[in-house]
Amino acid sequence: MKPAQAGSAYTVYRKGTPMAQIPQDNHSIIGQLRRNKGAAALIAAVLGTVLLLFAWAGGWFGGRLGPGKIADALQVHDGLHDGFRRAHTKGYCFTGHFDGNGQGTRLSVANVFAQGESRVIGRFSTGGGMPDSPDGRLVFRAIALSITSPNGEVWRTAMDSTAIFPVATPQAFMAFLTATSPGSDGKPDPAKVGPYMAAHPETVAFGKYLKDQPLASSFVNTRYYSINAFRFVGGDGNTHVVRWSLDPTAAPEWLDKDKLAQMPRDFLFDDLIKRAAAGPLTWDMSVQLAAPGDKTDDATVQWPGDRESVKVGRLTIDHLVTEDEGPCRDINFDPLALPTGIKGSDDPLLAVRSAVYSSSFRRRAAEGPHPSFSREHKP
Amino acid sequence: MTERFWLPARILHWLMAILVIAMLFIGAGMVSTVSRTHEWLFAIHKPLGFIIFVLVIIRLIVRLVHKPPPLPADMPAWMRHAATLSHWLLYALMFFLPLLGWSTLSAAGYPIQLAPHVHLPPIAPHNLALYTVLRDAHGFGAYLLFFTYLAHLGAALFHHLVRKDGVLASMLFGKNPAG
Repeated sequence: MKPAQAGSAYTVYRKGTPMAQIPQDNHSIIGQLRRNKGAAALIAAVLGTVLLLFAWAGGWFGGRLGPGKIADALQVHDGLHDGFRRAHTKGYCFTGHFDGNGQGTRLSVANVFAQGESRVIGRFSTGGGMPDSPDGRLVFRAIALSITSPNGEVWRTAMDSTAIFPVATPQAFMAFLTATSPGSDGKPDPAKVGPYMAAHPETVAFGKYLKDQPLASSFVNTRYYSINAFRFVGGDGNTHVVRWSLDPTAAPEWLDKDKLAQMPRDFLFDDLIKRAAAGPLTWDMSVQLAAPGDKTDDATVQWPGDRESVKVGRLTIDHLVTEDEGPCRDINFDPLALPTGIKGSDDPLLAVRSAVYSSSFRRRAAEGPHPSFSREHKP
Repeated sequence: MTERFWLPARILHWLMAILVIAMLFIGAGMVSTVSRTHEWLFAIHKPLGFIIFVLVIIRLIVRLVHKPPPLPADMPAWMRHAATLSHWLLYALMFFLPLLGWSTLSAAGYPIQLAPHVHLPPIAPHNLALYTVLRDAHGFGAYLLFFTYLAHLGAALFHHLVRKDGVLASMLFGKNPAG
Protein backbone atom coordinates (compact mmCIF):
# COMPACT_ATOMS: atom_id res chain seq x y z
CA MET A 1 0.00 0.00 0.00
CA LYS A 2 1.37 3.37 -0.96
CA PRO A 3 1.61 6.01 1.73
CA ALA A 4 -0.69 9.01 1.45
CA GLN A 5 0.78 11.66 -0.74
CA ALA A 6 0.80 15.20 0.37
CA GLY A 7 -1.93 17.21 -1.27
CA SER A 8 -3.74 14.22 -2.60
CA ALA A 9 -6.60 14.51 -0.16
CA TYR A 10 -9.43 16.25 -1.88
CA THR A 11 -12.21 18.38 -0.75
CA VAL A 12 -15.72 17.80 -1.74
CA TYR A 13 -18.54 20.11 -2.04
CA ARG A 14 -20.92 22.68 -1.03
CA LYS A 15 -19.93 26.24 -1.07
CA GLY A 16 -16.42 25.55 -0.10
CA THR A 17 -17.29 23.52 2.98
CA PRO A 18 -15.27 20.32 3.19
CA MET A 19 -17.54 17.30 3.32
CA ALA A 20 -14.96 14.62 3.64
CA GLN A 21 -11.28 14.38 3.49
CA ILE A 22 -10.23 11.12 2.03
CA PRO A 23 -6.65 10.03 2.12
CA GLN A 24 -5.77 8.83 -1.30
CA ASP A 25 -3.20 6.24 -0.68
CA ASN A 26 -4.31 3.89 -3.34
CA HIS A 27 -6.38 4.50 -6.41
CA SER A 28 -7.07 0.87 -7.07
CA ILE A 29 -10.67 -0.12 -6.59
CA ILE A 30 -9.62 -3.40 -5.02
CA GLY A 31 -7.42 -1.64 -2.52
CA GLN A 32 -10.21 0.72 -1.50
CA LEU A 33 -12.72 -2.10 -1.23
CA ARG A 34 -10.30 -4.09 0.92
CA ARG A 35 -10.18 -1.31 3.44
CA ASN A 36 -13.99 -1.00 3.36
CA LYS A 37 -15.09 -4.57 3.85
CA GLY A 38 -18.58 -3.60 5.00
CA ALA A 39 -19.17 -1.42 1.95
CA ALA A 40 -17.68 -4.05 -0.31
CA ALA A 41 -20.01 -6.69 1.10
CA LEU A 42 -23.01 -4.41 0.69
CA ILE A 43 -22.14 -3.62 -2.94
CA ALA A 44 -21.57 -7.29 -3.71
CA ALA A 45 -24.88 -8.21 -2.07
CA VAL A 46 -26.84 -5.58 -4.04
CA LEU A 47 -25.27 -6.49 -7.39
CA GLY A 48 -25.59 -10.22 -6.68
CA THR A 49 -29.27 -9.85 -5.82
CA VAL A 50 -30.04 -7.89 -8.99
CA LEU A 51 -28.14 -10.42 -11.10
CA LEU A 52 -29.95 -13.31 -9.42
CA LEU A 53 -33.35 -11.68 -9.95
CA PHE A 54 -32.54 -11.07 -13.60
CA ALA A 55 -31.40 -14.65 -14.06
CA TRP A 56 -34.64 -15.83 -12.47
CA ALA A 57 -36.71 -13.52 -14.70
CA GLY A 58 -34.87 -14.87 -17.73
CA GLY A 59 -35.61 -18.44 -16.68
CA TRP A 60 -31.91 -19.37 -16.32
CA PHE A 61 -32.95 -21.51 -13.35
CA GLY A 62 -36.17 -22.73 -11.84
CA GLY A 63 -37.14 -25.20 -14.57
CA ARG A 64 -39.72 -22.88 -16.17
CA LEU A 65 -41.38 -24.20 -19.32
CA GLY A 66 -40.10 -21.88 -22.04
CA PRO A 67 -40.91 -21.73 -25.75
CA GLY A 68 -37.49 -23.14 -26.66
CA LYS A 69 -38.18 -26.36 -24.78
CA ILE A 70 -41.42 -26.94 -26.68
CA ALA A 71 -39.76 -26.05 -29.99
CA ASP A 72 -37.02 -28.56 -29.11
CA ALA A 73 -39.65 -31.20 -28.31
CA LEU A 74 -41.35 -30.55 -31.67
CA GLN A 75 -38.00 -31.05 -33.40
CA VAL A 76 -37.50 -34.34 -31.57
CA HIS A 77 -41.06 -35.43 -32.33
CA ASP A 78 -40.90 -34.90 -36.09
CA GLY A 79 -37.23 -34.36 -36.77
CA LEU A 80 -35.39 -31.11 -37.46
CA HIS A 81 -36.10 -29.69 -40.91
CA ASP A 82 -34.03 -26.55 -41.42
CA GLY A 83 -35.89 -23.49 -42.59
CA PHE A 84 -39.35 -24.92 -42.02
CA ARG A 85 -42.05 -24.28 -39.46
CA ARG A 86 -41.75 -26.60 -36.46
CA ALA A 87 -45.41 -27.54 -36.83
CA HIS A 88 -47.83 -27.49 -39.76
CA THR A 89 -44.71 -27.73 -41.86
CA LYS A 90 -46.19 -28.77 -45.18
CA GLY A 91 -48.16 -25.91 -46.64
CA TYR A 92 -49.27 -23.75 -49.55
CA CYS A 93 -49.86 -20.00 -49.82
CA PHE A 94 -52.92 -18.15 -51.06
CA THR A 95 -54.21 -14.62 -51.41
CA GLY A 96 -57.75 -13.36 -51.35
CA HIS A 97 -60.11 -11.16 -49.42
CA PHE A 98 -62.50 -11.15 -46.50
CA ASP A 99 -65.75 -9.27 -46.85
CA GLY A 100 -67.41 -8.25 -43.62
CA ASN A 101 -71.20 -8.14 -43.80
CA GLY A 102 -71.62 -5.70 -40.90
CA GLN A 103 -73.22 -8.25 -38.57
CA GLY A 104 -70.07 -8.59 -36.48
CA THR A 105 -69.99 -4.90 -35.58
CA ARG A 106 -72.52 -5.37 -32.79
CA LEU A 107 -70.08 -7.81 -31.13
CA SER A 108 -66.72 -6.18 -31.87
CA VAL A 109 -65.42 -2.80 -32.97
CA ALA A 110 -62.85 -4.55 -35.17
CA ASN A 111 -62.81 -2.76 -38.51
CA VAL A 112 -62.72 -6.09 -40.35
CA PHE A 113 -66.37 -6.73 -39.44
CA ALA A 114 -67.72 -3.54 -40.97
CA GLN A 115 -69.11 -3.89 -44.47
CA GLY A 116 -66.14 -3.82 -46.77
CA GLU A 117 -63.21 -5.72 -48.15
CA SER A 118 -60.08 -6.71 -46.23
CA ARG A 119 -57.00 -8.14 -47.91
CA VAL A 120 -55.98 -11.68 -46.98
CA ILE A 121 -52.71 -13.58 -47.15
CA GLY A 122 -53.08 -17.16 -45.99
CA ARG A 123 -51.75 -20.64 -45.87
CA PHE A 124 -53.17 -24.15 -46.03
CA SER A 125 -51.28 -26.83 -44.16
CA THR A 126 -51.42 -30.31 -42.77
CA GLY A 127 -50.51 -31.18 -39.21
CA GLY A 128 -47.11 -32.44 -38.15
CA GLY A 129 -43.56 -31.24 -38.53
CA MET A 130 -42.44 -32.92 -41.75
CA PRO A 131 -42.18 -30.92 -44.98
CA ASP A 132 -42.94 -33.89 -47.26
CA SER A 133 -45.39 -35.86 -45.16
CA PRO A 134 -48.14 -37.81 -46.94
CA ASP A 135 -51.57 -36.15 -46.96
CA GLY A 136 -53.32 -39.47 -46.31
CA ARG A 137 -53.10 -39.29 -42.54
CA LEU A 138 -55.70 -38.72 -39.88
CA VAL A 139 -54.29 -35.39 -38.69
CA PHE A 140 -55.19 -31.74 -38.50
CA ARG A 141 -55.71 -29.75 -41.61
CA ALA A 142 -55.33 -26.09 -41.12
CA ILE A 143 -55.91 -22.69 -42.63
CA ALA A 144 -54.02 -19.64 -41.43
CA LEU A 145 -55.07 -16.10 -42.27
CA SER A 146 -53.47 -12.69 -42.03
CA ILE A 147 -56.30 -10.25 -42.64
CA THR A 148 -55.54 -6.57 -43.18
CA SER A 149 -58.66 -4.49 -42.71
CA PRO A 150 -59.27 -1.19 -44.54
CA ASN A 151 -57.96 0.80 -41.54
CA GLY A 152 -54.66 -1.09 -41.75
CA GLU A 153 -55.11 -3.28 -38.67
CA VAL A 154 -54.01 -6.89 -38.92
CA TRP A 155 -55.81 -9.98 -37.63
CA ARG A 156 -53.96 -13.28 -37.71
CA THR A 157 -55.63 -16.56 -36.99
CA ALA A 158 -54.38 -20.12 -37.37
CA MET A 159 -57.36 -22.47 -37.49
CA ASP A 160 -57.63 -26.26 -37.44
CA SER A 161 -60.07 -28.72 -38.95
CA THR A 162 -60.99 -29.98 -35.49
CA ALA A 163 -63.26 -28.09 -33.14
CA ILE A 164 -61.13 -29.17 -30.19
CA PHE A 165 -57.47 -29.63 -29.34
CA PRO A 166 -55.87 -32.74 -27.76
CA VAL A 167 -54.55 -30.83 -24.73
CA ALA A 168 -55.66 -27.84 -22.68
CA THR A 169 -52.41 -26.52 -21.18
CA PRO A 170 -48.77 -25.95 -22.19
CA GLN A 171 -47.64 -28.50 -19.61
CA ALA A 172 -49.95 -31.15 -21.09
CA PHE A 173 -48.75 -30.27 -24.59
CA MET A 174 -45.13 -30.76 -23.51
CA ALA A 175 -46.03 -34.07 -21.83
CA PHE A 176 -47.90 -35.13 -24.98
CA LEU A 177 -44.92 -34.38 -27.23
CA THR A 178 -42.51 -36.14 -24.90
CA ALA A 179 -44.68 -39.23 -24.53
CA THR A 180 -45.48 -39.62 -28.22
CA SER A 181 -42.02 -38.89 -29.67
CA PRO A 182 -40.65 -41.83 -31.64
CA GLY A 183 -38.05 -44.00 -29.96
CA SER A 184 -35.09 -45.69 -31.61
CA ASP A 185 -37.38 -47.95 -33.64
CA GLY A 186 -39.15 -44.91 -35.10
CA LYS A 187 -42.32 -45.57 -33.14
CA PRO A 188 -43.67 -44.05 -29.93
CA ASP A 189 -42.87 -46.10 -26.86
CA PRO A 190 -46.06 -47.72 -25.47
CA ALA A 191 -44.51 -47.58 -22.01
CA LYS A 192 -44.61 -43.79 -22.28
CA VAL A 193 -47.81 -43.36 -24.27
CA GLY A 194 -49.84 -45.55 -21.90
CA PRO A 195 -49.25 -43.58 -18.70
CA TYR A 196 -49.68 -40.29 -20.61
CA MET A 197 -53.08 -41.32 -21.98
CA ALA A 198 -54.13 -42.61 -18.56
CA ALA A 199 -53.38 -39.22 -17.10
CA HIS A 200 -54.95 -37.26 -19.97
CA PRO A 201 -58.49 -38.40 -20.77
CA GLU A 202 -58.92 -35.25 -22.87
CA THR A 203 -56.31 -36.56 -25.33
CA VAL A 204 -58.09 -39.92 -25.47
CA ALA A 205 -61.36 -38.08 -26.12
CA PHE A 206 -59.68 -36.10 -28.90
CA GLY A 207 -58.47 -39.32 -30.51
CA LYS A 208 -62.02 -40.68 -30.44
CA TYR A 209 -63.32 -37.38 -31.90
CA LEU A 210 -60.82 -37.56 -34.75
CA LYS A 211 -61.82 -41.16 -35.45
CA ASP A 212 -65.58 -40.54 -35.28
CA GLN A 213 -65.78 -37.29 -37.25
CA PRO A 214 -66.22 -37.70 -40.98
CA LEU A 215 -63.12 -36.63 -42.90
CA ALA A 216 -63.73 -34.08 -45.66
CA SER A 217 -62.34 -34.94 -49.07
CA SER A 218 -60.60 -31.62 -49.66
CA PHE A 219 -59.12 -28.54 -48.02
CA VAL A 220 -61.92 -26.73 -49.81
CA ASN A 221 -64.90 -28.46 -48.19
CA THR A 222 -63.34 -28.60 -44.73
CA ARG A 223 -64.63 -26.53 -41.85
CA TYR A 224 -61.96 -24.77 -39.80
CA TYR A 225 -62.18 -23.73 -36.16
CA SER A 226 -60.42 -21.10 -34.06
CA ILE A 227 -59.84 -23.85 -31.43
CA ASN A 228 -59.27 -21.29 -28.68
CA ALA A 229 -61.70 -18.83 -27.20
CA PHE A 230 -61.21 -15.11 -27.78
CA ARG A 231 -62.92 -11.97 -26.55
CA PHE A 232 -64.76 -9.55 -28.79
CA VAL A 233 -65.03 -6.03 -27.45
CA GLY A 234 -68.03 -4.10 -28.70
CA GLY A 235 -68.55 -0.37 -29.12
CA ASP A 236 -70.69 -0.41 -25.99
CA GLY A 237 -67.67 -1.73 -24.07
CA ASN A 238 -69.32 -5.13 -23.61
CA THR A 239 -67.14 -8.17 -23.98
CA HIS A 240 -68.26 -11.43 -25.59
CA VAL A 241 -66.29 -14.63 -25.30
CA VAL A 242 -66.34 -16.25 -28.72
CA ARG A 243 -64.94 -18.92 -30.97
CA TRP A 244 -65.10 -18.60 -34.73
CA SER A 245 -65.20 -20.99 -37.63
CA LEU A 246 -64.93 -20.97 -41.41
CA ASP A 247 -67.83 -22.89 -42.90
CA PRO A 248 -67.18 -24.16 -46.43
CA THR A 249 -69.56 -23.25 -49.23
CA ALA A 250 -68.25 -26.18 -51.28
CA ALA A 251 -70.39 -29.33 -51.33
CA PRO A 252 -69.56 -31.83 -48.58
CA GLU A 253 -67.85 -35.01 -49.64
CA TRP A 254 -66.10 -37.50 -47.38
CA LEU A 255 -63.07 -39.72 -47.53
CA ASP A 256 -62.93 -43.39 -46.64
CA LYS A 257 -60.54 -43.35 -43.70
CA ASP A 258 -59.56 -46.98 -44.33
CA LYS A 259 -58.11 -46.03 -47.71
CA LEU A 260 -56.16 -42.99 -46.55
CA ALA A 261 -52.82 -44.77 -46.70
CA GLN A 262 -53.33 -45.57 -50.39
CA MET A 263 -53.90 -41.95 -51.39
CA PRO A 264 -51.14 -40.20 -53.38
CA ARG A 265 -48.70 -38.34 -51.16
CA ASP A 266 -49.83 -34.82 -52.10
CA PHE A 267 -53.45 -35.52 -53.03
CA LEU A 268 -54.91 -32.80 -50.79
CA PHE A 269 -52.72 -30.09 -52.28
CA ASP A 270 -53.18 -31.31 -55.85
CA ASP A 271 -56.94 -31.28 -55.30
CA LEU A 272 -56.67 -27.76 -53.92
CA ILE A 273 -54.74 -26.56 -56.97
CA LYS A 274 -57.31 -28.14 -59.31
CA ARG A 275 -60.29 -26.63 -57.51
CA ALA A 276 -58.72 -23.17 -57.27
CA ALA A 277 -58.08 -23.20 -61.01
CA ALA A 278 -61.84 -23.55 -61.54
CA GLY A 279 -62.67 -20.35 -59.67
CA PRO A 280 -62.61 -18.57 -56.30
CA LEU A 281 -62.98 -20.69 -53.15
CA THR A 282 -65.23 -19.39 -50.39
CA TRP A 283 -66.04 -19.91 -46.72
CA ASP A 284 -68.46 -18.11 -44.43
CA MET A 285 -67.14 -17.02 -41.08
CA SER A 286 -69.37 -17.71 -38.09
CA VAL A 287 -68.82 -16.44 -34.59
CA GLN A 288 -70.14 -18.60 -31.77
CA LEU A 289 -70.94 -16.85 -28.49
CA ALA A 290 -70.25 -18.55 -25.18
CA ALA A 291 -73.10 -18.71 -22.70
CA PRO A 292 -72.52 -18.12 -19.00
CA GLY A 293 -70.91 -21.24 -17.55
CA ASP A 294 -69.25 -22.36 -20.79
CA LYS A 295 -65.59 -23.20 -20.32
CA THR A 296 -63.49 -20.52 -21.97
CA ASP A 297 -60.07 -21.72 -20.80
CA ASP A 298 -60.21 -25.27 -22.12
CA ALA A 299 -59.79 -25.95 -25.83
CA THR A 300 -60.48 -29.66 -25.34
CA VAL A 301 -64.15 -28.94 -24.68
CA GLN A 302 -66.67 -27.91 -27.34
CA TRP A 303 -69.46 -25.52 -26.48
CA PRO A 304 -72.98 -26.85 -27.05
CA GLY A 305 -74.14 -26.55 -30.66
CA ASP A 306 -77.20 -24.44 -29.79
CA ARG A 307 -75.12 -21.43 -28.74
CA GLU A 308 -75.91 -18.22 -30.59
CA SER A 309 -73.91 -17.97 -33.79
CA VAL A 310 -73.48 -14.92 -35.99
CA LYS A 311 -72.35 -14.99 -39.60
CA VAL A 312 -69.92 -12.08 -39.91
CA GLY A 313 -68.48 -12.29 -43.41
CA ARG A 314 -67.09 -14.35 -46.23
CA LEU A 315 -63.55 -15.44 -47.06
CA THR A 316 -62.70 -15.67 -50.75
CA ILE A 317 -59.49 -17.23 -52.02
CA ASP A 318 -58.53 -15.94 -55.47
CA HIS A 319 -54.99 -17.16 -56.01
CA LEU A 320 -52.86 -20.05 -54.89
CA VAL A 321 -49.10 -19.70 -54.90
CA THR A 322 -46.30 -21.97 -53.72
CA GLU A 323 -44.57 -21.26 -50.42
CA ASP A 324 -41.34 -20.58 -52.29
CA GLU A 325 -42.90 -17.86 -54.42
CA GLY A 326 -45.78 -16.78 -52.22
CA PRO A 327 -46.21 -14.23 -49.45
CA CYS A 328 -47.16 -16.60 -46.60
CA ARG A 329 -43.89 -18.37 -45.88
CA ASP A 330 -42.38 -15.40 -44.06
CA ILE A 331 -45.44 -14.74 -41.94
CA ASN A 332 -45.78 -15.93 -38.36
CA PHE A 333 -49.49 -16.62 -37.92
CA ASP A 334 -49.39 -15.64 -34.26
CA PRO A 335 -52.88 -16.17 -32.83
CA LEU A 336 -52.35 -13.18 -30.54
CA ALA A 337 -51.72 -10.76 -33.43
CA LEU A 338 -55.15 -9.23 -33.04
CA PRO A 339 -56.78 -5.98 -34.12
CA THR A 340 -58.52 -3.50 -31.85
CA GLY A 341 -61.81 -5.14 -30.85
CA ILE A 342 -60.47 -8.68 -30.53
CA LYS A 343 -58.50 -9.88 -27.50
CA GLY A 344 -57.15 -13.15 -26.18
CA SER A 345 -59.17 -15.06 -23.60
CA ASP A 346 -58.14 -16.91 -20.46
CA ASP A 347 -57.34 -19.96 -22.60
CA PRO A 348 -53.71 -20.80 -21.68
CA LEU A 349 -53.04 -22.28 -25.12
CA LEU A 350 -53.04 -18.83 -26.74
CA ALA A 351 -49.90 -17.68 -24.95
CA VAL A 352 -48.06 -20.94 -25.58
CA ARG A 353 -48.99 -20.89 -29.26
CA SER A 354 -47.81 -17.31 -29.56
CA ALA A 355 -44.53 -17.95 -27.72
CA VAL A 356 -43.67 -21.20 -29.52
CA TYR A 357 -44.62 -19.84 -32.96
CA SER A 358 -42.18 -16.99 -32.25
CA SER A 359 -39.48 -19.43 -31.27
CA SER A 360 -40.08 -21.52 -34.39
CA PHE A 361 -40.16 -18.36 -36.52
CA ARG A 362 -36.85 -17.15 -35.14
CA ARG A 363 -35.19 -20.52 -35.70
CA ARG A 364 -36.34 -20.97 -39.26
CA ALA A 365 -35.49 -17.37 -40.10
CA ALA A 366 -31.93 -17.96 -38.90
CA GLU A 367 -31.70 -21.20 -40.88
CA GLY A 368 -32.91 -19.52 -44.05
CA PRO A 369 -35.67 -20.73 -46.37
CA HIS A 370 -35.48 -24.18 -47.94
CA PRO A 371 -37.34 -25.31 -51.05
CA SER A 372 -40.76 -26.69 -50.25
CA PHE A 373 -42.58 -29.68 -51.76
CA SER A 374 -44.87 -27.23 -53.51
CA ARG A 375 -42.24 -26.19 -56.08
CA GLU A 376 -43.27 -29.31 -58.00
CA HIS A 377 -46.97 -28.59 -57.55
CA LYS A 378 -47.58 -25.23 -59.16
CA PRO A 379 -51.03 -23.85 -59.87
CA MET B 1 -18.84 23.53 -4.56
CA THR B 2 -21.67 21.07 -4.63
CA GLU B 3 -23.30 20.74 -7.89
CA ARG B 4 -26.24 18.56 -8.60
CA PHE B 5 -27.54 17.48 -11.97
CA TRP B 6 -30.11 19.85 -13.41
CA LEU B 7 -33.55 18.98 -11.97
CA PRO B 8 -35.03 17.83 -15.32
CA ALA B 9 -31.99 15.57 -15.78
CA ARG B 10 -32.47 14.07 -12.32
CA ILE B 11 -36.20 13.50 -12.88
CA LEU B 12 -35.50 11.87 -16.26
CA HIS B 13 -32.72 9.76 -14.76
CA TRP B 14 -34.85 8.19 -12.04
CA LEU B 15 -37.99 7.88 -14.14
CA MET B 16 -36.03 6.14 -16.86
CA ALA B 17 -34.14 4.05 -14.33
CA ILE B 18 -37.44 2.54 -13.21
CA LEU B 19 -38.74 2.09 -16.76
CA VAL B 20 -35.52 0.67 -18.22
CA ILE B 21 -34.94 -1.80 -15.37
CA ALA B 22 -38.58 -2.88 -15.59
CA MET B 23 -38.13 -3.23 -19.35
CA LEU B 24 -35.04 -5.42 -18.97
CA PHE B 25 -36.88 -7.76 -16.62
CA ILE B 26 -40.00 -7.76 -18.79
CA GLY B 27 -37.92 -8.57 -21.87
CA ALA B 28 -36.03 -11.38 -20.18
CA GLY B 29 -39.23 -12.74 -18.65
CA MET B 30 -41.43 -12.64 -21.71
CA VAL B 31 -39.12 -14.81 -23.82
CA SER B 32 -38.63 -17.30 -20.99
CA THR B 33 -42.17 -18.50 -20.52
CA VAL B 34 -45.11 -19.96 -22.39
CA SER B 35 -47.55 -19.06 -19.62
CA ARG B 36 -50.06 -16.24 -19.94
CA THR B 37 -47.39 -14.00 -18.42
CA HIS B 38 -45.79 -14.04 -21.90
CA GLU B 39 -48.90 -12.45 -23.33
CA TRP B 40 -49.23 -9.51 -20.97
CA LEU B 41 -45.48 -8.90 -20.67
CA PHE B 42 -45.21 -8.60 -24.46
CA ALA B 43 -48.24 -6.30 -24.45
CA ILE B 44 -46.37 -4.00 -22.01
CA HIS B 45 -42.99 -4.38 -23.73
CA LYS B 46 -43.98 -2.62 -26.94
CA PRO B 47 -45.61 0.59 -25.62
CA LEU B 48 -43.05 0.82 -22.80
CA GLY B 49 -40.25 0.61 -25.35
CA PHE B 50 -41.82 3.45 -27.27
CA ILE B 51 -42.16 5.58 -24.12
CA ILE B 52 -38.48 4.97 -23.29
CA PHE B 53 -37.53 5.94 -26.84
CA VAL B 54 -39.38 9.27 -26.53
CA LEU B 55 -37.92 9.91 -23.09
CA VAL B 56 -34.34 9.18 -24.16
CA ILE B 57 -34.62 11.71 -26.98
CA ILE B 58 -35.76 14.35 -24.49
CA ARG B 59 -32.98 13.25 -22.17
CA LEU B 60 -30.31 13.53 -24.83
CA ILE B 61 -31.47 17.08 -25.56
CA VAL B 62 -31.38 17.88 -21.83
CA ARG B 63 -27.90 16.37 -21.62
CA LEU B 64 -26.65 18.42 -24.57
CA VAL B 65 -28.12 21.77 -23.49
CA HIS B 66 -27.17 21.43 -19.83
CA LYS B 67 -23.71 20.27 -18.90
CA PRO B 68 -23.66 17.76 -16.04
CA PRO B 69 -21.62 18.58 -12.94
CA PRO B 70 -17.96 17.58 -13.23
CA LEU B 71 -16.74 14.37 -11.67
CA PRO B 72 -14.56 14.74 -8.57
CA ALA B 73 -11.21 16.13 -9.61
CA ASP B 74 -9.27 13.43 -7.83
CA MET B 75 -10.83 10.56 -9.75
CA PRO B 76 -8.15 8.67 -11.64
CA ALA B 77 -8.19 9.35 -15.34
CA TRP B 78 -9.14 5.80 -16.29
CA MET B 79 -12.12 5.91 -13.95
CA ARG B 80 -13.27 9.19 -15.44
CA HIS B 81 -12.94 7.75 -18.92
CA ALA B 82 -14.82 4.63 -17.87
CA ALA B 83 -17.58 6.78 -16.40
CA THR B 84 -17.91 8.91 -19.54
CA LEU B 85 -17.79 5.91 -21.81
CA SER B 86 -20.36 3.94 -19.82
CA HIS B 87 -22.71 6.92 -19.67
CA TRP B 88 -22.64 7.34 -23.45
CA LEU B 89 -23.00 3.57 -23.84
CA LEU B 90 -26.14 3.73 -21.69
CA TYR B 91 -27.53 6.62 -23.76
CA ALA B 92 -26.73 4.77 -26.98
CA LEU B 93 -28.34 1.54 -25.82
CA MET B 94 -31.44 3.31 -24.51
CA PHE B 95 -31.75 5.03 -27.88
CA PHE B 96 -31.00 2.09 -30.17
CA LEU B 97 -32.71 -0.78 -28.33
CA PRO B 98 -36.25 0.55 -28.90
CA LEU B 99 -35.33 1.27 -32.53
CA LEU B 100 -33.96 -2.25 -32.88
CA GLY B 101 -37.10 -3.69 -31.31
CA TRP B 102 -39.29 -1.67 -33.64
CA SER B 103 -37.28 -2.69 -36.70
CA THR B 104 -37.20 -6.33 -35.52
CA LEU B 105 -40.99 -6.39 -35.51
CA SER B 106 -41.00 -4.63 -38.88
CA ALA B 107 -38.59 -7.09 -40.50
CA ALA B 108 -40.61 -10.00 -39.06
CA GLY B 109 -43.73 -8.62 -40.72
CA TYR B 110 -45.61 -8.31 -37.44
CA PRO B 111 -48.29 -5.71 -36.95
CA ILE B 112 -46.96 -3.23 -34.38
CA GLN B 113 -49.82 -2.33 -32.08
CA LEU B 114 -49.00 -0.31 -28.97
CA ALA B 115 -52.52 0.12 -27.66
CA PRO B 116 -56.04 -0.10 -29.07
CA HIS B 117 -56.11 1.94 -32.29
CA VAL B 118 -52.44 2.91 -31.85
CA HIS B 119 -50.07 1.45 -34.44
CA LEU B 120 -46.56 2.11 -35.56
CA PRO B 121 -45.61 1.84 -39.22
CA PRO B 122 -42.85 -0.60 -40.18
CA ILE B 123 -39.39 0.98 -40.30
CA ALA B 124 -37.65 -1.95 -42.01
CA PRO B 125 -38.59 -4.19 -44.94
CA HIS B 126 -40.29 -7.53 -44.22
CA ASN B 127 -37.21 -9.72 -44.64
CA LEU B 128 -36.34 -12.75 -42.52
CA ALA B 129 -32.56 -12.54 -43.00
CA LEU B 130 -32.69 -8.95 -41.79
CA TYR B 131 -35.04 -9.98 -38.97
CA THR B 132 -32.48 -12.54 -37.76
CA VAL B 133 -29.73 -9.91 -37.54
CA LEU B 134 -31.99 -7.34 -35.88
CA ARG B 135 -33.48 -9.81 -33.40
CA ASP B 136 -30.02 -11.02 -32.38
CA ALA B 137 -28.82 -7.44 -32.04
CA HIS B 138 -31.86 -6.55 -29.92
CA GLY B 139 -31.19 -9.45 -27.56
CA PHE B 140 -27.43 -8.86 -27.42
CA GLY B 141 -27.94 -5.13 -26.85
CA ALA B 142 -30.38 -5.84 -24.03
CA TYR B 143 -27.86 -8.04 -22.23
CA LEU B 144 -25.17 -5.41 -22.80
CA LEU B 145 -27.53 -2.80 -21.32
CA PHE B 146 -28.22 -5.00 -18.31
CA PHE B 147 -24.54 -5.51 -17.54
CA THR B 148 -23.74 -1.84 -18.17
CA TYR B 149 -26.56 -0.95 -15.79
CA LEU B 150 -25.10 -3.38 -13.23
CA ALA B 151 -21.70 -1.69 -13.55
CA HIS B 152 -23.40 1.71 -13.28
CA LEU B 153 -25.18 0.63 -10.08
CA GLY B 154 -21.94 -0.78 -8.67
CA ALA B 155 -20.09 2.43 -9.50
CA ALA B 156 -22.79 4.58 -7.89
CA LEU B 157 -22.59 2.53 -4.70
CA PHE B 158 -18.78 2.64 -4.81
CA HIS B 159 -18.87 6.43 -5.06
CA HIS B 160 -21.33 6.65 -2.21
CA LEU B 161 -20.07 4.00 0.20
CA VAL B 162 -16.35 3.84 -0.48
CA ARG B 163 -15.23 7.12 -1.98
CA LYS B 164 -17.97 9.10 -0.22
CA ASP B 165 -17.46 11.76 -2.87
CA GLY B 166 -21.02 12.96 -3.37
CA VAL B 167 -21.36 11.67 -6.90
CA LEU B 168 -24.51 9.70 -6.02
CA ALA B 169 -25.85 12.68 -4.07
CA SER B 170 -25.53 14.82 -7.18
CA MET B 171 -28.30 12.72 -8.74
CA LEU B 172 -30.57 12.74 -5.67
CA PHE B 173 -33.35 15.02 -4.50
CA GLY B 174 -34.23 16.66 -1.23
CA LYS B 175 -31.87 18.22 1.24
CA ASN B 176 -28.30 18.02 0.09
CA PRO B 177 -26.62 15.71 2.59
CA ALA B 178 -23.36 17.52 2.02
CA GLY B 179 -24.89 20.75 3.29
